Amino acid sequence: REAQLFVDKFEGALGKGKGKKFYAYKVMMTKKWMKFQRDFENFKTACIPWEMKIKEIESHFGSSVASYFIFLRWMYGINMILFGLTFGLVMVPEALMGKPYGSLPRKTVPRAEEATAMNFATLWDFSGFAQYSVLFYGYYNNQRTIGWLKFRMPLSYFLVGVGTIGYSFMIVIRTMAKNANDDGGGDDTSFNFSWKMFTSWDYLIGNPETADNKFASITTSFKEAIVEEQESRKEENIHLTRFLRVLANFLALCTLAGSGYLIFFVVRRSQKFALEGLENYGWWERNEVNMVMSLLGMFCPTLFDVISSLENYHPRIALRWQLGRIFALFLGNLYTFIIALMDEINLKASYLPLFNIFNLEEEKIVKYNMTIWEASLYNGTIPENSTAPPIQVDPADVPRGPCWETMVGQEFVRLTVSDTMTTYITILIGDFLRAVFVRFFNYCWCWDLEYGFPSYSEFDISGNVLGLIFNQGMIWMGSFYAPCLPAINVFRLHTSMYLQCWAVMCCNVPQERVFKASRSNNFYMAMLLFILFLSTLPAVYTIVSIPPSFDCGPFSGKTRMFEVISETLELDFPSWFGKVFGYASNPGLILPFILLMVLSIYYLNATSKSYKEANLELKKKLQSVRNKELQ
Amino acid sequence: RLFYRYRDLAPQLVPLDYTHKPDVTLPYQLIGSMPELKDNPFRQRIAEVFSARGDGNMTLDDFLDMFSVLSEMAPRDLKAYYAFKIYDFNNDDYICKADLEKTVNKLTRNELTPEEVNLVCEKVIYEADADNDGKLSLEDFQHMIVRAPDFLSTFHIRI
Repeated sequence: REAQLFVDKFEGALGKGKGKKFYAYKVMMTKKWMKFQRDFENFKTACIPWEMKIKEIESHFGSSVASYFIFLRWMYGINMILFGLTFGLVMVPEALMGKPYGSLPRKTVPRAEEATAMNFATLWDFSGFAQYSVLFYGYYNNQRTIGWLKFRMPLSYFLVGVGTIGYSFMIVIRTMAKNANDDGGGDDTSFNFSWKMFTSWDYLIGNPETADNKFASITTSFKEAIVEEQESRKEENIHLTRFLRVLANFLALCTLAGSGYLIFFVVRRSQKFALEGLENYGWWERNEVNMVMSLLGMFCPTLFDVISSLENYHPRIALRWQLGRIFALFLGNLYTFIIALMDEINLKASYLPLFNIFNLEEEKIVKYNMTIWEASLYNGTIPENSTAPPIQVDPADVPRGPCWETMVGQEFVRLTVSDTMTTYITILIGDFLRAVFVRFFNYCWCWDLEYGFPSYSEFDISGNVLGLIFNQGMIWMGSFYAPCLPAINVFRLHTSMYLQCWAVMCCNVPQERVFKASRSNNFYMAMLLFILFLSTLPAVYTIVSIPPSFDCGPFSGKTRMFEVISETLELDFPSWFGKVFGYASNPGLILPFILLMVLSIYYLNATSKSYKEANLELKKKLQSVRNKELQ
Repeated sequence: RLFYRYRDLAPQLVPLDYTHKPDVTLPYQLIGSMPELKDNPFRQRIAEVFSARGDGNMTLDDFLDMFSVLSEMAPRDLKAYYAFKIYDFNNDDYICKADLEKTVNKLTRNELTPEEVNLVCEKVIYEADADNDGKLSLEDFQHMIVRAPDFLSTFHIRI
């Protein structure tokens, strides 16, 4: 038998056999083709960004930590596409074909601000030149078409805004569906440990670094399997466990309620301080609200961690509870903050800047002022009629109306930048300095720093995942008002990936109990979907009900932003199209359509449930057949 | 081609002309230093299993046997048979608990605690031992390994 193998293998080399040159040639071509395919597969894998880094992290820290980085990479992909949309369809056309800087009042830095427009401090704050550029909503002119291509700028702006939201929804739901598919496949666990032992070493490895990684990943995989085994073997005193879990949930609820009340109280106090004049109080009182919210965000998760040790769950489920609780904490804090503010306003109708931006009164005042100013210009020169040529006024001198969209965009950009800075500084100080401290001061310290307090830090999965999700929510909220946000986010995610990969490998230690991430990342996706929904609500509300500013942006002059669609339909499409659209948007037609969709959703749901059940039945049958074989 | 690889390991020992069937064996150190084998934790066992005398020194025939079994084209049963022999450290035709412990330690480079190693070995015996004698025989091993999805792809050396 072995001799046969030998001859088969070397048939091409051992003399040309029966003179079959063609056969040898064919064999050679087959080998070359296989080699080419292999190289192409290698190339394709090498093209996936950061794959080697993530594999390295996975082998040292386990699949749950790696799942965070895979999530980060997926988010990077989405942001790249959003960036491509906003950059290519909104910013580039405006930059190339729109009227250049300085040609219109809305595109120029007003005279009053000109002196400080180029200072670094102003630019860092995103005012000055940065404000009056393609980066923000206010720069865009409301001309219907621009340039020789007749590019319809306002329409494009509107569609890109809606399109980014629609695309995000679609891709999140598609990923959830795909993950659900994977999860339903299930795996054959009948020989789990045996297979791990006998088939995990890849005999093809010839490189010492890869060998290191492989050893680490085998060890981690064994540890994960051991944890699963221990969890399934644990004996539970049902009543005690249930009681402890109820107690833990109660404590968590108390914490949440306590933090909500604290924020409410602090906001009220700060309103009181504002009324009495901020100069009378020190730094703490002035920044009380921010500080309290940050402190709560820092300490409550640790508290939740301690509480969860009561519950004695499988580590993966414990992670989910932790994520859920921190999520509830942040949302609760945010809502309490907003409610406290609104409460204050109702009480006093005070003139808070945030709600000033919707104030139409101010717009009317500015319009009135502008007509007076124009009249004053004409007064000095022409006595009576209007056939005189328009006066040349430097655009920087024209009085400007308020532009709330740009202000909102600026707030979001500032928030994103400060959030990024905070994250990086926390990583550098919290992880790196701590590791350096433990490493070098261990020699001259009373107790063993590496095992006791503070020791090296573990990678905080829940904190990082939530940070990522909330950050993305802010991007979604703000990208309609500041087209530059996806670009900033792409840059941030890119640097964040490298920084965190380095920090994890250099300063963190693997967790005590390494556990396998669930096959589907649906939990992260579900939270992302929820945040997406929440963050598109404000933008959609402003599009539909609030009139845009009269003096800035691509929709200035209209009563509602979505009117650009009806305008396009009237002017750009043939008339029968408009008629068809008119009929189609009749409520009598839309309601049955919605009903039909609801019914089809119900039907598809029912069929998918029945398929799943059939699947389970088949699996059970397979299992019993296999068991019979074994006996 | 394989012959040239064999010869490259020790050109002064291996003659170019094999028609007279000279009796030349290469010591284990040379085999174990081949780039395909040097990172493999089981290289010693592989050499021992395929060498005719069982001490790790291989003739050309042994060398060819080894790489043909480990190549892509070898049938599954053949590979399973030789895999069993490789993992059977004490050569008693059974993979007992001590063999399993040695395998695990080689795979994880002694990073697991003894309790963990113990747990893993017990689980393996529980899963694969069909005749309930506390150790794995060739039939048990083959039965378990032919169902493994990635056995063929990992038990493979390309040269």
